[in-house]
Amino acid sequence: MRVLVQSEPFDATALLDGFGAGAGAVVTFTGLVRGDGGLTALDIEHYPGMTERALRDHAQAAVDRFGLTDVLVVHRHGHLPVGAPIMMVATAARHRRAAFDAADFLMDWLKSRAPFWKREITAAGPGDWVAAADQDEAALDRWR
Amino acid sequence: MTTLDVLYFAWLRERIGAPRERVETAAATVGDLAAELAARDDRHAAALSDLRAVRVAVDQQLAAMDTPLAGAREVAFFPPMTGG
Repeated sequence: MRVLVQSEPFDATALLDGFGAGAGAVVTFTGLVRGDGGLTALDIEHYPGMTERALRDHAQAAVDRFGLTDVLVVHRHGHLPVGAPIMMVATAARHRRAAFDAADFLMDWLKSRAPFWKREITAAGPGDWVAAADQDEAALDRWR
Repeated sequence: MTTLDVLYFAWLRERIGAPRERVETAAATVGDLAAELAARDDRHAAALSDLRAVRVAVDQQLAAMDTPLAGAREVAFFPPMTGG
């Protein structure tokens, strides 16, 4: 298991080198900052220590639930312009279904409950802190 | 009295005007601490007088307003987590 919380860009190719060796299936997902509604960037704040611990706990939950042979979670914080990679998850399992489901499970949690707070930046300057979204909560219900 | 590191994130940090502070308190619970801080000045009141939109952690574990502070070293106040 590898969990990284960092401000720097990540090198997906380097991170995936050797990942999931011996597994039958590897799924990777990369999320980019989306430029909806005049958004130019996101400012993402985290809680050093707690954020890493929460991500490790949830990665372990994915390993236990889906029988993963390996898992990688990378999440950035700080000032991220539209188009920038913000996060990546990779899951390795014997079969593809477990790898896909585990990646989906991790993403639903990362998008709604992970200890991050984000603020939208537009051409007019910093906007409001983003509130929890109902559809993100609904997405989590799938795993209960 | 005990000494706690109190941390603030997102709009709570902005309203308080600082990311952390050291607090001497005899508060028994997180909620008692929040009430004590809210009574300090306008900045703390703006951040902590309405706790419905505030979540807490004690020593980096999610907690509740009635969580006891006995033995705690770090308390954090923040908005509901929104993910990345």
